[in-house]
Amino acid sequence: MKPQEHTASAHNFEECMKCTICTAYCPVVPVNPRYPGPKQAGPDGERLRLKDPYFFNQALKYCLNCKRCEVVCPSGVNVADIIQSARIKYGKEQPKLRDWMLANTDFMGHLARPFAPIVNGVTGLGVTKTVLDATLAIDKHRTFPKYSYKSFEGWLKRRSKEQAKFEKQVAYYHGCYVNYNNPQLGRDFVKVMNALGYGVQLLDHEKCCGVALIANGMSQKATKNAVHNVKALQKAVDAGLKVLTTSSTCTMTIREEYPGLLQVDNSGVRDSILLATRFIWQLLESGQAQLKFKKDYHARIAYHIPCHLEKLGWGIFSTELLKMIPGVEFTLLDSNCCGISGTYGFKKENYEASQAIGKPLFDQIKSVNPDFVACDCETCKWQLEMSTDYAVKHPITILAEALEY
Amino acid sequence: MRFDTVIIGGGLAGLTAGISLQEAGRKVAIVSAGQNAMHFFSGNFEDAGPVRDRVAALFAAAGVRTNATDGLQLMAMGKFKNVSLTLEDVTVFPDEHIAEKVLLVNFAGYHDFFGTFIAETLENLGISCRIRFVRLAEMESLRTSPSEMRSVNIARMMDEYWEKVVTDIRVLHKDEDLILLPQVFGLKDAAVLDKIRKALPARVAFVGTMPPSVPGIRTQMLLKHRFEVLGGTFLMGDEVTSAALHEGIISSITTRNLDTVRLFADHFIIATGGFFSKGLVSTPTQVYEPLIGLDMDYSEDRNAWYNEEFFESQPYMNFGVKTDAELHPFKDGEPIRNMYAIGSILGNTRKEDFGTAAGLAIRTAFAAADAIKGGNV
Ligand SMILES: Cc1cc2nc3c(=O)[nH]c(=O)nc-3n(C[C@H](O)[C@H](O)[C@H](O)COP(=O)(O)OP(=O)(O)OC[C@H]3O[C@@H](n4cnc5c(N)ncnc54)[C@H](O)[C@@H]3O)c2cc1C
Ligand code: SF4
Ligand code: SF4
Ligand code: SF4
Repeated sequence: MKPQEHTASAHNFEECMKCTICTAYCPVVPVNPRYPGPKQAGPDGERLRLKDPYFFNQALKYCLNCKRCEVVCPSGVNVADIIQSARIKYGKEQPKLRDWMLANTDFMGHLARPFAPIVNGVTGLGVTKTVLDATLAIDKHRTFPKYSYKSFEGWLKRRSKEQAKFEKQVAYYHGCYVNYNNPQLGRDFVKVMNALGYGVQLLDHEKCCGVALIANGMSQKATKNAVHNVKALQKAVDAGLKVLTTSSTCTMTIREEYPGLLQVDNSGVRDSILLATRFIWQLLESGQAQLKFKKDYHARIAYHIPCHLEKLGWGIFSTELLKMIPGVEFTLLDSNCCGISGTYGFKKENYEASQAIGKPLFDQIKSVNPDFVACDCETCKWQLEMSTDYAVKHPITILAEALEY
Repeated sequence: MRFDTVIIGGGLAGLTAGISLQEAGRKVAIVSAGQNAMHFFSGNFEDAGPVRDRVAALFAAAGVRTNATDGLQLMAMGKFKNVSLTLEDVTVFPDEHIAEKVLLVNFAGYHDFFGTFIAETLENLGISCRIRFVRLAEMESLRTSPSEMRSVNIARMMDEYWEKVVTDIRVLHKDEDLILLPQVFGLKDAAVLDKIRKALPARVAFVGTMPPSVPGIRTQMLLKHRFEVLGGTFLMGDEVTSAALHEGIISSITTRNLDTVRLFADHFIIATGGFFSKGLVSTPTQVYEPLIGLDMDYSEDRNAWYNEEFFESQPYMNFGVKTDAELHPFKDGEPIRNMYAIGSILGNTRKEDFGTAAGLAIRTAFAAADAIKGGNV
């Protein structure tokens, strides 16, 4: 018999040694008894599903895709990828209207934006919330992210000439959230890049990264977006540009999920897509650029690392940048999922679980009592601002506020 | 990115060295590919005797309380083991006659705790042992899926519902002078152990379960927290992929996630563990250290790797990377002068000087940290 030299299996599932460490760290297991846990839903279930798809368990939809199981697995098993791939491959449930609406972040943004004052007013009303709760099963405790009247894309387009004057250039993948809900973050990003001597340009039309589509069982549409985005990114990369982002989840999706889950080849662009915090840290560290900060800036900041940033392994750039600002008192919060995970926490059936998952984090923030919380993730911001009394700011916004001009 | 010391591997060895260096004001980064052997920890730091006061102090500052007493621990499979340093979860007995009468309580449906083995051992010693089960309504949800009835999940519930268990046990208790419970209490906070001890009408001892280990996970989390509070950088879930080695000195390493951003340091510690953590790898033809290809201390004759008697000591357990007196590992016969190899990656190659198991991890961690603090590259 020739012993097997190397094992090779989809998402490394054969490497699993059944230690249950992943189950010990999964944030859903302690709060949702219907979820079988990463080991059972992932490598164990995969064996059964390979024998017979009959063994596919609908409860896999309770997985947040937070990737914490992958971060802790000592054997390098891509547990969350196994679970999400199984949902794509075997999941037959048709997305409900509610899921469709939550997933199509860009479509909803288009629809809502011109009517932003009305939409914001209406989605904020108790009556509307109760109606949403009853008809669409969107939990009434949720505050909808505010839609902005003017999109970020429009704002930057109007400034493209001014931006083109900078000798050094970067492209910006802003994502749905910056475009429709928080254009201020995009403007802060442009301010910081300009201060570093870089002009900012848009991609030749970006689409939503697709993370919410994947999570809500619309992987075909997600794949279409991925193919489109890789093309648009390639154009920028071919022009010699780095493509910067401010959303850790978009970044993780484009870099890891496109090839891992959607089988969309991103090898030509992957290394050029960088979180702005990483790019800026490198510029400052290597002395290629400097930033001038206000002399009287002072802030007590508690930093929460979003799950997908921890998976990317780039949280260190955000924390190092924040610590670099004179006048910052920095506290690192313990690694703990906030519980919302994109559209997950918006659904009525997940509301309680979502809040229970985040509780240790909310409690820690209260006990640290900072001036505000720093975090790179848009959905964390909604969740933390709803569940605590603290404002949440993106590290780039904090940099912009601390800059001298 | 620049640090004073970069430690590869965040298990017991890496964390102990990291905390010791951070306490001395050094700037340290730990890169760890995943969780580690602490998640299987029995609660007994084997062979840690010679440094037990020092390690007890380092742990105490992290909120990990220990028991520095010589005696016996009752193990999960019903055997006794000599101990000299344990976590506070472990009850240390002066001798095998641990009681006159024992009440052993388990949770209904929990199969990772072997009450019958323990009872057998005790009865052979002339100690009567009654096994009883408790069943809490709150725990019914755990029964719905097979992976749920595990130590960690029960422990999470017990942090909240321990008083109900205590009430049930008080009903079950007759005249026993010792109550044995599985080690599924105090995942976040060990304070619940003392509360249970106080609330029950007899002495209480907690006995190990099958993995994952609740006391081990708690200890790991507290040590990591301590390291970060001291200002250390912990890169969880990242993997060191290469090291730049030139003329016996490592200048920097790369990691999978940071790719082009290298980590530079004056000193490096390799604490990547044994076979379990992939610090050592075996194939049908060789045993090797996968990151740098460090020189190994092992037998090339495959037939000499193992003993056919499964429960006998296995020769492969002795395999590890080769080091000099200061724990510098070798590459192609030359020592790496600013790197230290500590913990399970050494196998039993330095047993004479540093012992084995957790004792090896802690003692070599201290030795490396001291050498670095002493400043000798
Ligand atoms: C299952 C088991 C149970 C044990 N129980 C006990 C016990 O009860 N009592 C006792 O005294 N001893 C016990 N031991 C012995 C144990 O090895 C030591 O106690 C000690 O915990 C080992 O610590 P370590 O830091 O050397 O290695 P580990 O705990 O194995 O940690 C090594 C770490 O390095 C990481 N790593 C590996 N390669 C890389 C890389 N390239 N880049 C980044 N990170 C990497 C791994 O992911 C892992 O997190 C046990 C060992 C095992 C395997
Ligand atoms: S942590 Fe990794 S090896 Fe352990 S059970 Fe989970 S997938 Fe398997
Ligand atoms: S991705 Fe997150 S929610 Fe899903 S199984 Fe892994 S740890 Fe649990
Ligand atoms: S939104 Fe919350 S769930 Fe998503 S990545 Fe941020 S921490 Fe995790």
